[in-house]
Amino acid sequence: MADSVTQISCTVNGELRTLAAHPLERLLDVLREQLQLTGTKEGCGEGECGACSVVVDGRIVNSCLVPVAQVEGATIKTIEGVASGEQLHAVQQAFIECGGAQCGICTPGMVMAAVDLLERNANPTEADIRQGLAGNLCRCTGYMKIFESVVRACQK
Amino acid sequence: MNPNGTNHPIGKSAPRKEGRKKVTGAALYVDDISFPEMLHGTTVRSQVARGRIKNISFEGDIPWDEFTIVTAKDINESAGENYVALILNDQPYLADEVVNHPEEPILLLAHPNKYLLEEARRNVRIEYEELPPVFTLEDSVAKKEIIWGDNNVFKSFLVDKGNVDDVWSTADFVVEGEYHTGAQEQLYIENNGAIAIANPTEGVTVWGSMQCPYYVHKALVKLFGLPEEKIRVIQTETGGGFGGKEEYPSLLAGHAALLAMKSGKPVKMIYDRAEDMVATTKRHPSRTRHKTAVSKDGKLLAMEVEFIVDGGAYCTLSPVVLSRGTIHAAGPYYCPNVRISSSAVATNVPPHGAFRGFGAPQSIFALERQLDKVAATLGLTPDEFRRRNFIKEGQTTATSQVIREKVDMDQLLDRAFELTGYHEKRERFAKQNGSTRIKKGIGFASFMHGAGFTGSGEVYLASVVGAEASAEGRVRILAASTEIGQGTNTVFSQIAAEALGVDESLIEVAQPDTRDVPNSGPTVASRTSMVVGKLVESAVLGLKQTLIGSGLLLDAYSSAEFQSACRQYVESVGPLKFFSKYQPPPNVVWDDEKYQGDAYGTYAWAVYVAEVSVDPLTYEAHVDDFVALQEVGRVINPVLAAGQIEGGVAQAIGFTLFENIVWKDGRMANGQMTNYIMPTAADIPPIRVYFEENPYAYGPGGAKGIGELPMDGAAPAILSAIENATDVSFNHVPLMPEAMMERLDQNGR
Repeated sequence: MADSVTQISCTVNGELRTLAAHPLERLLDVLREQLQLTGTKEGCGEGECGACSVVVDGRIVNSCLVPVAQVEGATIKTIEGVASGEQLHAVQQAFIECGGAQCGICTPGMVMAAVDLLERNANPTEADIRQGLAGNLCRCTGYMKIFESVVRACQK
Repeated sequence: MNPNGTNHPIGKSAPRKEGRKKVTGAALYVDDISFPEMLHGTTVRSQVARGRIKNISFEGDIPWDEFTIVTAKDINESAGENYVALILNDQPYLADEVVNHPEEPILLLAHPNKYLLEEARRNVRIEYEELPPVFTLEDSVAKKEIIWGDNNVFKSFLVDKGNVDDVWSTADFVVEGEYHTGAQEQLYIENNGAIAIANPTEGVTVWGSMQCPYYVHKALVKLFGLPEEKIRVIQTETGGGFGGKEEYPSLLAGHAALLAMKSGKPVKMIYDRAEDMVATTKRHPSRTRHKTAVSKDGKLLAMEVEFIVDGGAYCTLSPVVLSRGTIHAAGPYYCPNVRISSSAVATNVPPHGAFRGFGAPQSIFALERQLDKVAATLGLTPDEFRRRNFIKEGQTTATSQVIREKVDMDQLLDRAFELTGYHEKRERFAKQNGSTRIKKGIGFASFMHGAGFTGSGEVYLASVVGAEASAEGRVRILAASTEIGQGTNTVFSQIAAEALGVDESLIEVAQPDTRDVPNSGPTVASRTSMVVGKLVESAVLGLKQTLIGSGLLLDAYSSAEFQSACRQYVESVGPLKFFSKYQPPPNVVWDDEKYQGDAYGTYAWAVYVAEVSVDPLTYEAHVDDFVALQEVGRVINPVLAAGQIEGGVAQAIGFTLFENIVWKDGRMANGQMTNYIMPTAADIPPIRVYFEENPYAYGPGGAKGIGELPMDGAAPAILSAIENATDVSFNHVPLMPEAMMERLDQNGR
């Protein structure tokens, strides 16, 4: 993939970035390797687990399934862009308080999905939460404490 | 102002110590780490299940001279040994002449470009002379081929209490049954990975995702024939383990280190999901046969159990998994005559290994299903039959261990039934099911789980924990126990802060790095909080005594005074460290030959209740509600403890109804998350967790182990509920809709 590198410009966590990559490189790899944004994780590489979730132009996507050429001109938010400086997002704070994170490998993607859910629906029912997080697999928690975290975040 | 007065963190839900790093994405896992000039490494694996390697050729349009290539020959020509040092040392790092399972590592490649590396991997051609393989436990037991040793058996145990043979002819009822459990993938969301830097003068340093740094250390010492101090193993943040990173990282770390040694450059090896699923260990499949004698008043008279697990192609940890499964095979019941014979046998599939529960979920599943069958034979309800046989204080287990702790299974059962409305639902479902399409059912399992290593295991491990005062006046815990999501960092801090009566912010937990921390044993067997935590407690108390002895600390002190005393000691006297070594609780006696005695220092006791809906049109079973009630000694951190139980129950629901490994010629055919299905947020029922607390005298603050317990109860509880819903008794997991269809249709339901 070293040949046929193209230039791609996009905004990542509020900063304009110019990337040099093969157009078919996975957004996931470019974020992690070129921008050192390693908070976005690879769990399966096939869009099942959601550990690589990022928001592109307001829509949550699995970055392992997005060829980087598709993000030309796009606005991207990764887990590194969720907190405002030292101030954690309500979802992040709730995950710490309620035990929503255990091993932490699904957590960045799970937080992205929960933030995305709450941005679309400030008062989700339990069914909404289950549906909203169904694209993100967690092997540690059994999801109960993640649901509690989302509910707690709504109350903040 | 009193060391035992001001701060009592045990019993409170301190937030996870490394929580902030995890929710912001700042925590560094092995794949997040890079070094200058780092190469990527990959593994060329066997395409056949069993055979001789005839020829290896490097083909295609690949610049092979740019690659670092390692084969068994490189190990043979070095000072090291080509085996993964563990129990029987039968598993090679790289196959030498013969292969014994699909995906067995044969050759390693490294290159700076990972895309070219993958192309190269596909262009290594290996020719084999195939040998007849054995793929199933049944064929292995039948010795269809001898593929390991002279009888295919890695290990056998016999537990013999009383004399079962005297009972069969005189008992009112003798009930037999056979039960099967399938393999299960641990499916930690972070795949296995390691980075190594190595050279002949400085030795080997490895970073990796792992549970047991000292297992890796021991294995690398043998692989390279280097002195212990030349091997350094560092655990990076670990994205789940569940046993899947207990023994396997020793192999992967060795591979990365072999490539690093040969290339002279740092080498990173990260498995992708497909490789991790097809090549690494899984839960041992099992077959259990039960023969149970009971009197007509419902008393257990004799239990004979034959328990067999499929170990795969190499021994790995199978003897220890078998041991735990064997000891748990008779459960929390009193029976005067028990014979348990067990074996771990070889097949030509990738070696099976540790997975939460470690043999116990398999044998407990069989026992609980069998007891439902015995109860039905007697015309008793499942609960009434168990009540007549629950073990009580002063009675003996299958290994003749006298139960000396307070145990009240009846009361656990009462409370679990109250929490679920069990009896009312049993009645209501029986009335409703005739007229509704969806059949509802409720069922339970009662069980116990021994904490810590089996028998004399903890004595052999002889774990050590250190506590060190820093120049800033903080206390650093030095232990090899890893944080893998279960809360080691937080729980150790709580235990240390409680013992010292100081603020938890004064406690740090060192990153497990074999250069800096002593060997506190592996992070397995529900032993971290209970066994290692106790050592944390005594190490910090030793540190405190040294401070008091030096005159820098008074008997009563505040956090600030404690901090200041540490600071002054380090400044004026020098480094302050205190090490504490494992001492077995008194009166624990174990006979390794006869497999009799005190198998575990203590047990956690539990009753789990599942409510299900079965749809006879789609043949799907759904768990609607789940209550997990357990007595686990003192709960150190309620949020973390409940998190362990919920997560374990979810994995066990997966084991029961979702996670089906499809085997094809010894290889996992569905090694993708797309078609190996684990439960999602949409699938899991409410998991309601309740604790009974009965402090254990030899655990820190009274705690027992809990990590594995929740894996044990869900499968039998759910199948019991399905039997309640359908009147059909299923005896194997995973229970997939196809199997339900066959049996439900036969029964005209």
